[in-house]
Amino acid sequence: MTAGTIRFVLNGEVIETIVTDPTRTVLQFLREDLRLTGTKEGCAEGDCGACTVVVVEVDSSGDGVEARTINSCIQFLPTLDGKELITVEGLRGEDGALHPVQQALVDEHGSQCGFCTPGFVMSLYELYRNNPKPTRREIDDALSGNLCRCTGYRPIVAAAQKMAGEGDNWDAAAHSKTLREIARDENLGIDCGDSDFYAPKDIVTFAKLYGKYPDATILAGGTDIGLWVTKQHRDLGTIIYSGKVAEMLDVEVTGTHLEIGAAVTLTNAIPALLEQYPGLTEMFQRYASPPIRNAGTLGGNIANGSPIGDSMPALMVVGASLVLQRGFSERELSLDKFYHDYQVNDLQPGEFLARIRVPLAEDGVIVSSQKWSKRFDQDISAVCTAYRLRLDGDKVANFRMACGGLAATVQRAERCEAAVTGATWNEATIEAACKALAEDFTPITDMRASADFRLVAVQNLLRRFWLETQGEVETTVYNYGR
Amino acid sequence: MDARAVGRPLPHDSAHLHVSGQAAYTDDLPEPRDLLHLAVGMSTIAHGRIRDVDLSAVLAAEGVVDVCTSVDIPGENNYGCIVKDDPVFAGDVVQYVGQPVFAVAAMSVDAARKAARKADIACDELEAIFDPLTAVEKGSFVLPSETLVRGEPDTALEQSPYRKQDRLYVGGQDHFYLEGHVAMALPQEDGGMLVYSSTQHPDEVQAIIAHATCRDAKDIVVICRRIGGAFGGKESQASLIATIAAIAADKTGRPCKLRLDRDDDMVMTGKRHDFVIDYDVGFDDTGRILGIDFEFAARCGMSADLSGPISDRAMFHCDNAYFLENVRILSHRCKTNTVSNTAFRGFGGPQGMFAIEHVIEDIARTLGKDPLEVRRRNFYGEDERNVTHYHQVVAENYAETLFDRLLESSDYAKRRAEIREFNASNRVLRRGIAITPVKFGISFTNTMLNQAGALVHLYKDGTVMLNHGGTEMGQGLYIKVAQIVADELGVTIDKVRTTAADTSKVPNASATAASSGSDMNGKAAQKAAAKIRKRLTAFAAHKYGISEAEVDFRSNKVYIAERIVDFPELVCEAWAARLSLSAAGYYRTPKINYDRSTFSGRPFFYYAWGAAVTEVIVDTLTGEHRILRVDILHDCGDSLNPAIDLGQVEGGYVQGVGWLTTEELWWNDRGELGTHAPSTYKIPTCSDLAPDFRVELTRDHANTEKTIYRSKAVGEPPFMLALSAFHALRDALATEDRPLPDLRAPATPESILRALQEDPNE
Repeated sequence: MTAGTIRFVLNGEVIETIVTDPTRTVLQFLREDLRLTGTKEGCAEGDCGACTVVVVEVDSSGDGVEARTINSCIQFLPTLDGKELITVEGLRGEDGALHPVQQALVDEHGSQCGFCTPGFVMSLYELYRNNPKPTRREIDDALSGNLCRCTGYRPIVAAAQKMAGEGDNWDAAAHSKTLREIARDENLGIDCGDSDFYAPKDIVTFAKLYGKYPDATILAGGTDIGLWVTKQHRDLGTIIYSGKVAEMLDVEVTGTHLEIGAAVTLTNAIPALLEQYPGLTEMFQRYASPPIRNAGTLGGNIANGSPIGDSMPALMVVGASLVLQRGFSERELSLDKFYHDYQVNDLQPGEFLARIRVPLAEDGVIVSSQKWSKRFDQDISAVCTAYRLRLDGDKVANFRMACGGLAATVQRAERCEAAVTGATWNEATIEAACKALAEDFTPITDMRASADFRLVAVQNLLRRFWLETQGEVETTVYNYGR
Repeated sequence: MDARAVGRPLPHDSAHLHVSGQAAYTDDLPEPRDLLHLAVGMSTIAHGRIRDVDLSAVLAAEGVVDVCTSVDIPGENNYGCIVKDDPVFAGDVVQYVGQPVFAVAAMSVDAARKAARKADIACDELEAIFDPLTAVEKGSFVLPSETLVRGEPDTALEQSPYRKQDRLYVGGQDHFYLEGHVAMALPQEDGGMLVYSSTQHPDEVQAIIAHATCRDAKDIVVICRRIGGAFGGKESQASLIATIAAIAADKTGRPCKLRLDRDDDMVMTGKRHDFVIDYDVGFDDTGRILGIDFEFAARCGMSADLSGPISDRAMFHCDNAYFLENVRILSHRCKTNTVSNTAFRGFGGPQGMFAIEHVIEDIARTLGKDPLEVRRRNFYGEDERNVTHYHQVVAENYAETLFDRLLESSDYAKRRAEIREFNASNRVLRRGIAITPVKFGISFTNTMLNQAGALVHLYKDGTVMLNHGGTEMGQGLYIKVAQIVADELGVTIDKVRTTAADTSKVPNASATAASSGSDMNGKAAQKAAAKIRKRLTAFAAHKYGISEAEVDFRSNKVYIAERIVDFPELVCEAWAARLSLSAAGYYRTPKINYDRSTFSGRPFFYYAWGAAVTEVIVDTLTGEHRILRVDILHDCGDSLNPAIDLGQVEGGYVQGVGWLTTEELWWNDRGELGTHAPSTYKIPTCSDLAPDFRVELTRDHANTEKTIYRSKAVGEPPFMLALSAFHALRDALATEDRPLPDLRAPATPESILRALQEDPNE
């Protein structure tokens, strides 16, 4: 391959292309360069799913392959190097026959205007590959990143329930073989003048590169950084991609901690977290959408430090810490010390987030997280809360609470914690804690919620948590009847 | 295959293309080699006088070829379709955040969008009005206020044993078509201009471009094969985008394409009108309405656009299915410094129906009755109490029938009782249920728009090219009309191809809007096909020496007395005998007449009906809710295609639920829209669809009017079935202490918490 060339599989064919702008999106490449216009742009921010494509990679076992959806509108082209991309044009059989997923959508009248349809086809295709006989609940979850404005979804759900009837000609071994053949031995580096792109494969090279280019943009899943380009038209300068760094892709359980590499996708991090903390299940189900979770990383959520990031309240209350690395030196910092102000954190020049250390669950400790938003799925929280409660009889031995959406950063609710810790775990304590919350936070009004009702909501969420610990409310509306 | 096509659940004509990525939308068309891409520079303030527009940095940006401002428009700087108050580019003043000020033409989409941000637009800010109530107070209107009175509302109100007043708020709605606005204009020889536009109204795009570029209609061809969703958002608004493309193409002499970024689309183009509704109602102890006084304030935005007829339709539909004997409606069309609001499925009808359904519920809850009883008490009668406030006779009270059936099939009474028990024993979760009717008038209220044309070509091989003035935006119009034409000519559906809406094939077509697409284009196409059939029949009868009654066409065969001839064979013979095998068809909706100056007459050819029962559950701590079960019975007459019609009913309901629940438009105090992307503007997702969703079409209710195959229009009416969800939420929130929850639409979690707790933190 010539310098600046990436290689990947596109709908069964290995292609090589010279990258001149590393922030060119996969969608732009498909539509503008290849004139493969089946994949659509609906929003260019990963929220509507019209651009959904499937990426196939060798799975974590190293033996098989896994197919995952991503939003091509915010994925930068060079991140595809060594992977396989399947678009809506690649699903039909050699005889031109529609794929079972496509045929099911036709049979069930699952398209009206048809503009969202290619994206739905790809999300359903991933479901077909990974879970061909899904429940309604699993269908809802799989499609939460795809918006349809015409059908009201009923016929699309019907198609998902019908698609498993027919087999296709998928040969995992063949895909795996091809992916091995095109795997790159060396580190990818693309010289594009002002905006070089590096994809180192080990953390030593990564650290060296970042030491050399401390102003570089570290790119992981790109689900936030993609928008800097598509919406803000920012120049990112040099880009160092963490998605190939072996050490940053590991999820490891030590005797005391869950260690999650900074480039581990949310899809891969969430099951490990839920194994420890099942009380976070609903929050993580409502967290973004499959294509976003398939690309986006836990490390990215933390490092970007949005005040409405959904993972941080939970990580804060369980006492997660961050391993920050510069060159060869590491330091560990508690997550609740990491944020100083709106988009200001403790990272020093040349220092990067290497991994997240999450203490393992302890017996007798309740951990829960709640999300408050206008829509259940694929919405950004107006308020997000998390709790860690240890009771000693009816007394609170320890209580931690952290909130997103109420301040410039995700924050612990210190006055509230103080009001609860040591008190009796009863309604009076909760009411006192609610008063303290009003002193902990001075939220703002924006398009997601008003200041007044953000406060009402966080107080009610705490009340709800209390009722849940009393067994007084068995379910949330989110789970009701599903 | 001997079955008729009409009435069968055939798939959408493009379904196989949709699912395989082969359906070409405007942005997917092959691009000419010298194409320029456009981006629009917008006003960043809500109201101001433009002092200077400095575009030097824009012009100097990489890849930029040219810019266009208001001074580059050779003709009329207007895309307003009724009132000429909608500049393509702001000239002296800017009137909303997002108003186009200039366009930049560059070598790539990226280059154009980057450059557009480099402009320096200097303005002296002027006072801005954002909300309709302030507009009413200051007399700021895009059109004069209108009043419709029937009976003696003042007297009736005074004499009513019960009386109630309230102010209601119902929000607007972004269309959120998945395909944003897009158009490509290609200069042609001798001053011609070819325009591909994602539009519901190619004829209007043609006319406005002609005016803007000093051309004649004959010089402009507008084509649209399909639209990736429209819902009214591409009725008048598409002209803005196409006209900008045409102006740039005219100036540069090169093809130009404008595809709006989602955020720009949402900021720049109009939405459903939000309304503030004041009512004063008098009623008796049975819940019968004796007199009612409505005052509507619609936020129209900075220009009239379609706000006149939209506000009119809100006035017409504030009866929904109920007889209002003594009524006054005062309708304000408020001018605000926000984007000019426009058509959206229902066209004012939803807001009018929101008003009366709220009143009905309030009466019931005031009297302690099941709202169902009060609804039935006020339904139109069949022989008396059957004239609308605009003097159209309601020929039947079909709501009563639908209610009877639906109450039984949905098990309403039992479930309502169970819900009351559930609520009595739950502290946090509460459930609610409601049934609401829909009666929606079909026709453009502007009578002259109720006409359509079609063009049918029959080729020697027996296949058919069909064209009509309607546009395909996903609603299944093309397959429905193709079914009609296939049956008329006795060919199978695969022999009919529908081609793109094209102003050079069918001229002067109305917008595909007002649910009228298949009614009007279906009839026009049928007439065109019938002309050809008549010629073929006469030819066959003459040739074989039999009567015309003995000739029949079915399934690509011609039955000529005892003979059966392949259709293409007869067509070839007819051609050889020098018969014209092409025909134009034309249709105008009969019976309608309406005098706008008195708001009286028969604006609607007929009514479409429906009813829905929705059950919800609400978390009173978070305000979050879920729809648990939906039962719908909807009237499509004799459906042309029950699968397509079912899709309209289901999709309309869910879209209506979005309007009333999650979809909140939020502006800050500078008039900037904060919800301008799917990250902040939330339309329903798959999991918002009720786990139990039962939708049926009536099968025994042929249209009493002679519509195409006695079918009924279905585009808009089902949208308003969603009012049942809103009132199910109110039902869930209502308690003895709080019988009339003050719930504003959309019922976001915050709105619900607000209704539960009027004064927070006290």
